[in-house]
Amino acid sequence: MGTAASTAVPLLELAGLTKNYGTGTEVETQVLHGLDLVLQPGEFTALIGPSGSGKSTLLNVIGLLEPPTGGSYRLQGRETAQLAEAELTRLRGRTIGFVFQFHHLLPAFTATENVLMPSLVAEGPVTAPRRAAARELLTAVGLADRLDYLPRKLSGGQQQRVAIARALAMSPQLVLADEPTGNLDTHSADDIFALMRRFNRERGTAFLIVTHDPRLAARCDRIVELVDGRIASDRPNPA
Amino acid sequence: MPFEWTVALRFLREGRFQSLLIIGGAAIGVAVVIFITALVNGLQANTIRRVLGTQAHIVIRPTEEVARPQRDAAEGGAVLPRVEARAQRLRSIDQWQPLVAMLDGLPGLTGVSPMVSGPGFAVRGDATKAIAVFGVDPQRYDRIVSLTERLVHGAFRVQANEAVIGKELAQDLGLAVGDRFRLVTSEGAAAVSEAFMVTGIVDLGVRDLNRRSVYIGFRTAQALLSLPGGASQIDLKVTELFGAEALAQDLQARTGLTVESWMRTNEQLLAALRAQTITTTTIRIFVSVIVVLGIASVLVVSVVQKRREIGILRAMGASRGKIQRVFLLQGAVVAVVGSVLGIALALAMVVVFLDVARNADGTPLFELVVTPWLFVGTAVGAIVCGLAAAYAPARRAAGLDPAQAIRI
Repeated sequence: MGTAASTAVPLLELAGLTKNYGTGTEVETQVLHGLDLVLQPGEFTALIGPSGSGKSTLLNVIGLLEPPTGGSYRLQGRETAQLAEAELTRLRGRTIGFVFQFHHLLPAFTATENVLMPSLVAEGPVTAPRRAAARELLTAVGLADRLDYLPRKLSGGQQQRVAIARALAMSPQLVLADEPTGNLDTHSADDIFALMRRFNRERGTAFLIVTHDPRLAARCDRIVELVDGRIASDRPNPA
Repeated sequence: MPFEWTVALRFLREGRFQSLLIIGGAAIGVAVVIFITALVNGLQANTIRRVLGTQAHIVIRPTEEVARPQRDAAEGGAVLPRVEARAQRLRSIDQWQPLVAMLDGLPGLTGVSPMVSGPGFAVRGDATKAIAVFGVDPQRYDRIVSLTERLVHGAFRVQANEAVIGKELAQDLGLAVGDRFRLVTSEGAAAVSEAFMVTGIVDLGVRDLNRRSVYIGFRTAQALLSLPGGASQIDLKVTELFGAEALAQDLQARTGLTVESWMRTNEQLLAALRAQTITTTTIRIFVSVIVVLGIASVLVVSVVQKRREIGILRAMGASRGKIQRVFLLQGAVVAVVGSVLGIALALAMVVVFLDVARNADGTPLFELVVTPWLFVGTAVGAIVCGLAAAYAPARRAAGLDPAQAIRI
């Protein structure tokens, strides 16, 4: 319990969480069946499982992009079901960063502008220090010479680096990554993974990474396996 | 720049061709509205100027004399069943001097001119023409109908036994400035005949008026028409043309006299003007609707195209309200840019029109009425239209489910 004192409140806590789609219709399907999951600050966790096991849905619920159907979801100790839409939006912007499989950068904005976007949403007009911080972050992901490139002028791996820099721009406690290396070659995938790991170590940011790649999962601290909307296994990974 | 502006402007820039299309549509709409309005206002001003150039805006006359039915006081019934209307003789307005003094102090009037007018004949040699005699004070009357501006020959001078006559009358009687003729009136018990010298010949722009009008001095007319010290009517000119009827009714209530505005004496003209105004308004409404639909349809497509971006922005913490404002702003920006271009286009159209539409003698057919307020009003209207057009797409964008939007 030596370090537990400082982390008395878990980063997030799911209890009996369920998610149904098509509620009230004939095709109502339950995607998540009563999940219990606790993530601590700074944890580097892989979320694995076959297609259709509910990984993306779980990520969306944790990312406050969709509300759970039942059960409890506490983020930093606050019950999210009690928060209004506007509060959820604000909480999402400041607490959670997203890295999507297909980069999902804003094509009309340069790399720097993409990284500045979360703070533009949260804090208003861009200031010089914030611009400097964004450039620093892009330099940290190895894109010092691509700062003002539009996404379409960047390779897949470079785009994903921008996405990671953007996810980290607000210094969130948690980064949700949905198959961040899914469409990259092995070499680029290793780079991206190493980058996330580095930020996890340097900044203490927690990562929850959905991946199909057992090689990458094996390099995480903890592996949660989802099968048919239930947690099939949840084990620490000593490697 | 705030988030909404940054994203709205960038989205517009990104969808270059679409943006240009709707800005062009808005610009043409604005230009058409401004041009049509300027054209019709110019036409109307021209028509009004031509018609009212030779008319007073408001005329005050004595109340008509009414024959009272004879009644039996005891029974309250009419004694004589048929009441014949009285013939209206030429009379003076009671107490017209204090009335003129009062009118002189009234705001909203630019001219007050008492007049003695009546029928008569102009005689020269064997020729006799039926005419209307107008006894006026030249200085005052010039402010009602500017005879000075309409002079063809001579001057507007009507001292004792001097007269200014219409162009056609001068022709009919073979009169030139300096010639003499006789005026014959029969308002009194016997016919009065007096010699006059022509000091000026005017062109009133209407042949019939030119053939009938004889202007003489106020006092001379009083004597000639057997109305010593009287005035048969008072002409008024107003600043607010379309407020004339309201003012006339007010004056009628206050004085008990017959007060008629140009709006009542030219009802058909007024109806024609109203029909024109309704037509312009209809055109403006349809143009606005088309512009609104154009902007809206392009923005709807843009919302669909940008679903994923909207989802990403929502995931980054952009609220529904922010997303909605991004699209409302796009509508407003399109309207503002469209207005600026449209105003420039309208000015170009006006210049070309003035150059093309000319009378045979090279003078402009009529003036287009282009005021800054027309531009301001149209621009404000365009911005309202832009926001209205963007409303539905913006609502749609704000209502997107971020999880679904990103998955695409």
